Amino acid sequence: MEDPRGDEQRHLPPPSLWPVGFAVGIVCLLVGLIVSWPVAAIGAAIVLVFGFLWTRDVVTGHREPAEAPPPEPEGRPQAPAIPAHKGEAAMPEPEPAERFPRSVFLEASTLGLGAVIGGIVTVPAVGFAVLPAFVKQHAHEVDLGPVANFTEGDWLIATFLREPTQGEISRRTAFIRNNGLLAGKPSYTCISNRCAHLGCPVQAGGPLFEDKQKTVKTKSGEVTLIPALPAAGFICPCHGGAYDSEGNRIAGPPVRGLDRYEFSIINGHLILGNTFSVAEVTGTGKSAKIKKYELAGPGQHVDGIESWMYPLQPPH
Amino acid sequence: MAGRKSDRMQQLERAAMYPLDWLEERSGLVGGVRYFLFRKVPGDTNWFHTLGSATLTAFLVQLVTGVILAMYYKPDPTHAHSSIDHITHDVTLGWLVRGMHKWGASVFIILMFLHMGRVFLFGAYKYPRELNWIIGVLLLATGLFEGLTGYLLPFDQTAYWATVVAININGTAPFVGPYLASLLRGGAEIGPDTLSRFYSLHMLLVPGALIGLITLHLYLVVRLGVSSPPWSGEAAGEEPEPGPPPAQTGLVQPRPRASSVRGRPE
Repeated sequence: MEDPRGDEQRHLPPPSLWPVGFAVGIVCLLVGLIVSWPVAAIGAAIVLVFGFLWTRDVVTGHREPAEAPPPEPEGRPQAPAIPAHKGEAAMPEPEPAERFPRSVFLEASTLGLGAVIGGIVTVPAVGFAVLPAFVKQHAHEVDLGPVANFTEGDWLIATFLREPTQGEISRRTAFIRNNGLLAGKPSYTCISNRCAHLGCPVQAGGPLFEDKQKTVKTKSGEVTLIPALPAAGFICPCHGGAYDSEGNRIAGPPVRGLDRYEFSIINGHLILGNTFSVAEVTGTGKSAKIKKYELAGPGQHVDGIESWMYPLQPPH
Repeated sequence: MAGRKSDRMQQLERAAMYPLDWLEERSGLVGGVRYFLFRKVPGDTNWFHTLGSATLTAFLVQLVTGVILAMYYKPDPTHAHSSIDHITHDVTLGWLVRGMHKWGASVFIILMFLHMGRVFLFGAYKYPRELNWIIGVLLLATGLFEGLTGYLLPFDQTAYWATVVAININGTAPFVGPYLASLLRGGAEIGPDTLSRFYSLHMLLVPGALIGLITLHLYLVVRLGVSSPPWSGEAAGEEPEPGPPPAQTGLVQPRPRASSVRGRPE
């Protein structure tokens, strides 16, 4: 140890109020730089004055430690000894496991307040992260343009924006076939291209006539219609799932048939509505019998014994 | 050691050590770092024991390159892929940093598995290190999740469809699967929020979890010490052969033998 006086007499300046004024001056100066020059000048003056006072204080405090007690050869002045029957020595020994209610209260209130503050901050944040995935989820209807584009018996591959406000990322594809009239009402087969295995885009198993491609401007944005001849049904490029032209699974890993769109015809336009899931379709074309299930994710059974694993679907 | 040092040498040494002493007196950091780095390890450790440090190094590389990539990447469906293009072809040395991050990700995962294999084959997961094995498994899962979320970010066809498949695999989990998939997508369908959500997970939440778990992992390594290989005769209680300095196991230290300890700055 180089300092023989020990820890008690390190170079501590006496307490002073000047730094407070100095800080106020700095704030005034910075605010003034933004607000107006006179304020900045006042701030600068305060800084200079209080800086000078503070510096003088520190320097004189070093030169003559006025507040420090005069060093005594015996060391620090000792307080008179406390008699044995007074003070701490006279207090009863605390019980080994005794807790003091005041400390218990302070501990509990610190923890409790901390938990309340943490909860107030955390709950909205977690809600913000999680809830948007489950609320306000609804698909908009998609306008595919005039029904005249859909000639009877022909397949068209329609790509469209499911959510026009989201842009290209919401582009989806459906296979559409006009089945003609059924009991005086139009019948369409509208199959989603989302594979029922793990969601890859299934492709038409047959030639595409891209030279006859049409682009239709509708209120849902641009819709592309490509005539196709999916003679071999639909095939998934990812894991080889294969479907017939009604979307029934015929080979590969898919657990059910392809999903379908609800459709309606409004003002002569073909409108796609909600998507629904299908286990299997019997019959073809307009005589197809389709049992509708609530839309389930790819890979999820909608019928049979495995469907009990997916009792509730999130909003979609 | 050298004999008497001249006054000038001593003065120089003091001057050189002064900043370290200053730091040590105020923080204890120097001693802490020495405690962390100059630990006692068994004498018969071998190269396989370096796999953990190698994994940590790979993680640090990912951390640094990832921070740099985040300066140029734009997590938005229309710009994500073009910003990756920009990084790879326009930004100076961007190809290198992106390459390090891309290939380093595989290196990190592979090293994690190798490290896990070493711990398994050496029986180093046994008492009292079971908890560290569990933390390691959590690290593996978190690291794989980091890989999953990072895979979407280039936003090309591979990235997009691989993520579709990965989310839908999660969706097939019984009962909670459909909700898990919605949570990952940030909605019923993949949309613009999916990309920014994956980006946030990839560069903030998951790395934070990894750093926390790695800290716990290392704390336990320091606390419990490094285990001897299973063929270690000394760990089995045999008398050490004369000649090379005898070894100590990490935990069982029957006799203090300072001479056997590696890495002491003597």
